[in-house]
Amino acid sequence: MSASSVAATPTDAGRDAPVWTGGYRRYDLVKEFVAALAVMALLTVILAAVFGSPDKPAIPLAGWAQNDPNDFVVTAVAELDGTSGTATYGAPYVNDPTAGQKLGPLPLQRWGGVREPIDTAEDFVLGPLSTVTGDPMLTAALAQYKAAPADQQQKWSGAYADALDKAPDNDPAKVAAGDYGPVPVLTSRLLDLARAGGLDGQLLTEKGFYQTDYAKPLLFLADGAYLEEQARAEHLGGNQWGMMNETGRYPGQAWLWLYTFWYQVPPFNKSDNGDALVWALMMVLSMVLVLLPFIPGLRSVPRLTRVYRLIWRDHYRQRR
Amino acid sequence: MTSTDERTGTDERMWTARLRRRAVTAWPPERLLPDRQPAYVASWIYVFGVLTLAALVVVLVSGGVLALEGPQWYHDSPQGHFVNSLHLWSVELFFFVMVIHLWGKFFMAAWRGRRALTWVTGAVAFLGSIATAFTGYLVQSNFDAQWISTQAKDGLNAVGVGAWFNVLNYGQMLLFHVVLFPFVLGVLVVWHVLLVRRRGVVPPFPDGTPTAQPAEEVEQ
Repeated sequence: MSASSVAATPTDAGRDAPVWTGGYRRYDLVKEFVAALAVMALLTVILAAVFGSPDKPAIPLAGWAQNDPNDFVVTAVAELDGTSGTATYGAPYVNDPTAGQKLGPLPLQRWGGVREPIDTAEDFVLGPLSTVTGDPMLTAALAQYKAAPADQQQKWSGAYADALDKAPDNDPAKVAAGDYGPVPVLTSRLLDLARAGGLDGQLLTEKGFYQTDYAKPLLFLADGAYLEEQARAEHLGGNQWGMMNETGRYPGQAWLWLYTFWYQVPPFNKSDNGDALVWALMMVLSMVLVLLPFIPGLRSVPRLTRVYRLIWRDHYRQRR
Repeated sequence: MTSTDERTGTDERMWTARLRRRAVTAWPPERLLPDRQPAYVASWIYVFGVLTLAALVVVLVSGGVLALEGPQWYHDSPQGHFVNSLHLWSVELFFFVMVIHLWGKFFMAAWRGRRALTWVTGAVAFLGSIATAFTGYLVQSNFDAQWISTQAKDGLNAVGVGAWFNVLNYGQMLLFHVVLFPFVLGVLVVWHVLLVRRRGVVPPFPDGTPTAQPAEEVEQ
């Protein structure tokens, strides 16, 4: 037996994959790889030159505050009174035993622990405002808010949130008169800070000069409606197969189609635990893919469908 | 009694000698780089495995060039943007050919004949590729990255791993994407290819009644 035929001999045995005793043919693997590399490189260059790639600039907090100030203020009030998405999220940001998704009886989200603690009122509103100097009205408003008991703080911010909700376009300038304490001053000054571009840096560098963790500015931004409006305009909403798409007419992460599919159908798109359910299902399906050779029934599908006769049609034709 | 070769001075009990012996037994040069294949290896479907490897090389090279210049480069320079486009489209091609390769191997039941681990490493590499590409979308530092990360956090947090795989932490995701995941993926791909070379290409199903249930469809 020649060395080359030893090399190509399947090292298997068994009724379903017998040792190959037939002929061999020349097969230049290295030449095939070089040709494949040339084809893939060329196709990549052509596709890149013709279609390019999307790069819609990130939305800075300043852009949000300038383009949709009313949404910004509504969000800031929600951060202050603890009703925003982040404030009510549960683990890993907020310690709230009643919050967080479950998988059946298993509170997986809570088990993860509060490892990225966020106090939305302090981190998103009061902390950044405390760094502003030379504004006596703001200093007085901060002092008044911080000195007030928690239930008074809640009354002010809750009343202002309701008033904003009823105001035309949620416009702070059109809010009905009421007892909102220092809250309108705080939120309007936060809007000024954000518009001037100061809040982006404030939220990023609270822990020091070098930072790469964008959790705070991203969570604050995502608590507002503006980011989602922009995303929906780019067909990226959760019920628009958003996770697998990207801006513009690009294929995006098409390989996430199955993961994204579940978010479009019940019970996943109706359940409060939709994310946990989809993730659990995808874990199971991924294990099925990996362990397919060991799963009776599924592993016989190729043999029963006989698609293999197309692949090896020359082989079967010659044997006939 | 000694196992030392008196001529060469090699002690066959040495770890190095043992590793070499096992490697050469498993992959003699003719098996590692064969110039013959069984006659049944004659279909376009066989090209998609090597196309996947080739696309991966283009992905790594274009990503390497992006890494050389840093993550802001492609926002500011036309050259950088073009390299980013190369990286994107090489990834799209990589997945396209890999999925065809996967379906081809499924319909060949390519796990037969002690090849189950080849299938397993390939499937895990496929899932690992999805994770790697996903982190790539998170570190684009543009609107897509903002939106995808704020959406994806809910899935990871829902199963309790969001603080460790923190999609809002740009630095962590950049290192996952450029170092950790490509390293793991590289190991899986090399392992997968070595297994393919070791076991050879799966032979056709034996001719005859396809309804006969084989005693073992998998031997591993």
